[in-house]
Amino acid sequence: MPEYTLKIRRYSPETGDAAYWEEFKVDLEGHRSVLEGILSARATTDGSIGIRCSCRAAICGSCAVRINGKADLACHHHLDHAAAESPDGNTITVEPMGNMPIIKDLIVDMDAVHWKKIQRVTPWLLPEGPEPEREYIVPHENMVDVTQTMACIQCGACVSDCLSMEVDPLFIGPAALAKAYRFVGDPRDGQQYERLKDLAEDPHGIYDCTHCFMCIEACPKGVAPMSQIMRLRRVAGSDQKINDRNNGYRHEKAFVKNIEKYGTLHEANLLPDSYGGKFHPRAIPVLAGSLPAIVPALLRGKVTPAKALHHHKLPDQKQIRAIYDTVEGRDSRNELNLYIEGYEDEPVLKAAGEEERGPHS
Amino acid sequence: MKVAYWPGCVSRGFTPELHGSMAQIAPMLDIELVELDRANCCGAGVIAEHNMELADTLNARTFALAQQTDTDLMMNICSTCQGSQSECQERLDANTPYRDSINETLKAETGLEYERGIVNKNFLWVLVEDIGLDELRSRVVRPLTNLKVGPFYGCYVVRPTDRLGIDDEHPRDTYMQQVIEALGGTVIDYAGAYKCCGFPIITMNQKASLTMAGTHLGDAVDAQADCLVTPCPLCHLNLDLQQPVAEKVVGRELKMPVLHLPQLVGLAFGLEPKALGMNKHVVRPTSVIDWTQSVVGSAA
Repeated sequence: MPEYTLKIRRYSPETGDAAYWEEFKVDLEGHRSVLEGILSARATTDGSIGIRCSCRAAICGSCAVRINGKADLACHHHLDHAAAESPDGNTITVEPMGNMPIIKDLIVDMDAVHWKKIQRVTPWLLPEGPEPEREYIVPHENMVDVTQTMACIQCGACVSDCLSMEVDPLFIGPAALAKAYRFVGDPRDGQQYERLKDLAEDPHGIYDCTHCFMCIEACPKGVAPMSQIMRLRRVAGSDQKINDRNNGYRHEKAFVKNIEKYGTLHEANLLPDSYGGKFHPRAIPVLAGSLPAIVPALLRGKVTPAKALHHHKLPDQKQIRAIYDTVEGRDSRNELNLYIEGYEDEPVLKAAGEEERGPHS
Repeated sequence: MKVAYWPGCVSRGFTPELHGSMAQIAPMLDIELVELDRANCCGAGVIAEHNMELADTLNARTFALAQQTDTDLMMNICSTCQGSQSECQERLDANTPYRDSINETLKAETGLEYERGIVNKNFLWVLVEDIGLDELRSRVVRPLTNLKVGPFYGCYVVRPTDRLGIDDEHPRDTYMQQVIEALGGTVIDYAGAYKCCGFPIITMNQKASLTMAGTHLGDAVDAQADCLVTPCPLCHLNLDLQQPVAEKVVGRELKMPVLHLPQLVGLAFGLEPKALGMNKHVVRPTSVIDWTQSVVGSAA
């Protein structure tokens, strides 16, 4: 049987010692999970290793840890894969999840961060009006729309790896915002506007997501929390016209209009427009604060005054406008969710490296 | 090779030195650039956030323009373009009825049509997969000896791994390190290589945005990097253009030069720093370049 090395981050607050690394050798088949490796080390070498786990089948969401620096369920990650991903091809690094305080070894305080944030988004239905005599009838397409968010098992992997939360611990975060869409997208809920207004106006709400794809990468269940945050923004901005104080909707609108007008991005206009325009009282302190960046950029010729003031339109700009008119003129948005629709064929991108077909397929 | 070249908006806007340096090194790599000068902005994820179909139709237009050229593949020099376009392509290629509906709009408004399966690669991928590291090495005339370089990828070119075709055979998330070594430089391992520069939230939460940029730059300083190199002009804006502001946010001096990928290649190919537009950077790459002799080396 192959031997794997597990390099586990150890920490016991009662000892008063700093956290440290400890290596354990385990003899297990490569298709066994990292969790089984940890439990084997605990059974044979050191009974004090702390890890939370239950179902061992990627259902309960208890055993999320960082394996080789990335969050995943320990029960859902094969030892041979983990070894192959490690820098030396053998030593599997196992750490507690990030963005949460550590209780002991691999166990983090989910109450202090994850569950608090889930509570923050009022994770239950708030129906309005009289109760129906029988059950609430929900159209099929509405339930399909929220299916992806319902796949969440609350493991906290996305919270662990969230880069916005790393610098702004108050960020509501990917798991809770995905949960928020569960209720925003449910027609039985009567507080869609209030929920969105709350999440858009919060400086640590939907517009605090930096679009880094970490949560999409970390989620073992395909929830794609970032995509749910983008849906919240879409409904908040385009449907509910919530003009938030964080410049979230204004920035989106300024960008979309910028391309409609020019075809390519006129950057010098985007920044002031995101604050309401060059001469808007909101824009002035921001532009003044940017002077340490703007002045050297002008001095070095990175940005010329001519370029800042004038931007060429695309030669076929009317094509862009026509696309905008047609698509934006529809009664409802046409969206494709691959989580629900699935892939019709094998994704082509994967094969791109092997078969060089060029732009012509 | 001949490529349908999409430079993106920012490389012709606030980071003109990126587009310029790519134009300088392309002939030295035998890459013929057929510029897609009628193509539109990729949407940078923002148009998709507003209306997915709009972003998909706009990018289908760009792909269709690339498919009209007589080239080997489509190439971009911007991580954000790569990620945004790959996201749209994933949807377009996955579902025929959806693609047909997009093409219907596209044909009606532009006369163009997108054919499933375009190959669209970042310059970094082209460098390793199509030109090859041996070929790259053979063209180095001024190895980047003693130059300690930290790679900064940008989110859009490394995540999500499945959409971007990153797997055992195509470890695209290691290409920057491979290229730096092939050019004779030393790779600096630091915490920020795969993290977010913070640019997407600069107008919404400037403090969080520049804490990201400042932290990664600071980590690179602590790891004793001479410079960072990035395939993403938007990362460059937050890491270089905004660096003086980021210094204030994180409360420490940074002075970390940030190079665009084609500039690093150009230096190793013997081009003058000025020809590569390095004088346009906000943080002057003095630790990278001895300006008096134009010889690459660490400041010491």
